[in-house]
Amino acid sequence: MFMVASNELKRMFYSPMAWIILAILQAILAFIFLYTLDQYINVLQPALAGQDNAPGLTDIVIASLYLWAGVIMLAVMPLLTMRLLAEERMNKTLVLLKSAPISSTQIVLGKYLGLMIFILIIIFMISLMPFSLALGANLDWGKFSAAVLGLVLLLASFAAAGLFLSSLTKQPIIAAMSTFGLLLFLVVIYISGSSANSASSLFVYLSHFGHFSAFLEGIFNTTDLIYYLLFIVGFLVLTIHKLDSDRLQG
Amino acid sequence: MEVNVLLQAVGLTREFRGYKVVHDLSLQLKQGEVLGLLGPNGAGKSTTLQMLTGNLSPTEGQITIKGIDLVDQPKIAKRFIGYLPENPPLYRDLTVNEYLEYCAQLHQIKPKERKALVTQACRRCYLEDVKHRLINNLSKGYQQRIGIAQAILHQPEVVILDEPTVGLDPIQIREIRTLIRELGDSHAVILSTHILPEVQAICDRVQMIDKGKSVFNDSLVNLTGELDKLITLECESEIPTELLQSLPQIQAVQMKGYAKYELSHERGVNVAPLLAELCVKNNIKIKSLTPTTYSLEQVFMSLVHQESGLN
Repeated sequence: MFMVASNELKRMFYSPMAWIILAILQAILAFIFLYTLDQYINVLQPALAGQDNAPGLTDIVIASLYLWAGVIMLAVMPLLTMRLLAEERMNKTLVLLKSAPISSTQIVLGKYLGLMIFILIIIFMISLMPFSLALGANLDWGKFSAAVLGLVLLLASFAAAGLFLSSLTKQPIIAAMSTFGLLLFLVVIYISGSSANSASSLFVYLSHFGHFSAFLEGIFNTTDLIYYLLFIVGFLVLTIHKLDSDRLQG
Repeated sequence: MEVNVLLQAVGLTREFRGYKVVHDLSLQLKQGEVLGLLGPNGAGKSTTLQMLTGNLSPTEGQITIKGIDLVDQPKIAKRFIGYLPENPPLYRDLTVNEYLEYCAQLHQIKPKERKALVTQACRRCYLEDVKHRLINNLSKGYQQRIGIAQAILHQPEVVILDEPTVGLDPIQIREIRTLIRELGDSHAVILSTHILPEVQAICDRVQMIDKGKSVFNDSLVNLTGELDKLITLECESEIPTELLQSLPQIQAVQMKGYAKYELSHERGVNVAPLLAELCVKNNIKIKSLTPTTYSLEQVFMSLVHQESGLN
């Protein structure tokens, strides 16, 4: 399992894709970070000064940075997950894993773990930016860590869904498109569920972002945690089943 | 000494959407044996091999490897198998060395032994010169050899090769055939092919498949021996055909040109010395005496015909 994960990670960094994704994400988010920070210092801080219970630096800068990171990853995650199984299928390398003395569970968990390590690297890189604020300002560490945890869970759920869709097809592009479609659909559900006239708490509940926003506000709710865990485990189990049933269907 | 049966498959059947690709096929592989799985395109060779390696589960039938059921305990059984599929499963963005290291890891080989095994596999498949190059930049022949290296890396008891010499040049083919022969001495090898001379060159036993059914399963000697009943005799001067027919073993004589005769004789009898004696007695010089060996093509065709004739 760990060797599948480490190989996955190694191969990700051999291709330029991992580097490009890291670089572009970092550049865009840095821009957003600087922009919101600038806004805060020049516009919001003077306006908010003196108010009771005014939102602070953490609420404004960090929450918006992590929200943006989540939104951008909607588009990036399909690119990361499409290669996991669909590409192996296309290049016929899946046979190597399947003929080796390891189970489908180990293959799937290995792949997922490899991707998760990469995601953690991304989140670490992003988190360095707000972390640097600690040099000159007082951060609300509780809210900061809730936001980080929220992003980890959000991206972990993206990855699980992407991995499953990647196991269904031979074409990486189809895997990427369907992953993107599914993730976007969940966002659309959120938007429609939280709109003013047709609000539906069910839709908000079903969507990733409904749970993510709670974390960004610094609320750690077990319901949200369980939602993500169920989502992740559900898709991983489906992926394992899919790989097993390949043996039956050919 | 009891010969060790390494792989046993009984009554394998595989259906794809109601269509039987492999039908009631049984296979047995003993230690030190090279078994050739032979058949035309679409006969079900690859499907059979996929089942034997646990990539596909049979609709019916049972596969045991060293007595371990492949369906019940795949993780243990798969340790004893090395498999080269039709398309070598290569990660093109790795170097040869990295790739083989990874394969060794997948087979749970201890880090200490890994290096030695990778080096050995590289040596056996003549890959030492390209060890540090990216697989993507290597030619098809090299990629095929990496595929074979991957299959023999963990020194499995059973090596299963699906068309191992595809894409290789004649020299490489010879090298790989030598390698397979070597493997056959210590391990057991199954290889599938539609190239008949290949089977003649390396296999101890042939199993021919046509339309998913086994049509022949025996050693090569028996295969050719069974059909060896023609011999061509060419002399410097003509011999009266009656003289040739005077030998009781000769059944028919046919002129094939000036002083050239095709003689059909009883199966399994070596008539060459008798003919030589006859010619010497009658003071006739022999130019050549060639038994007509059937190529596997002819054998195969005749077997397939027999089969369809019976139906």
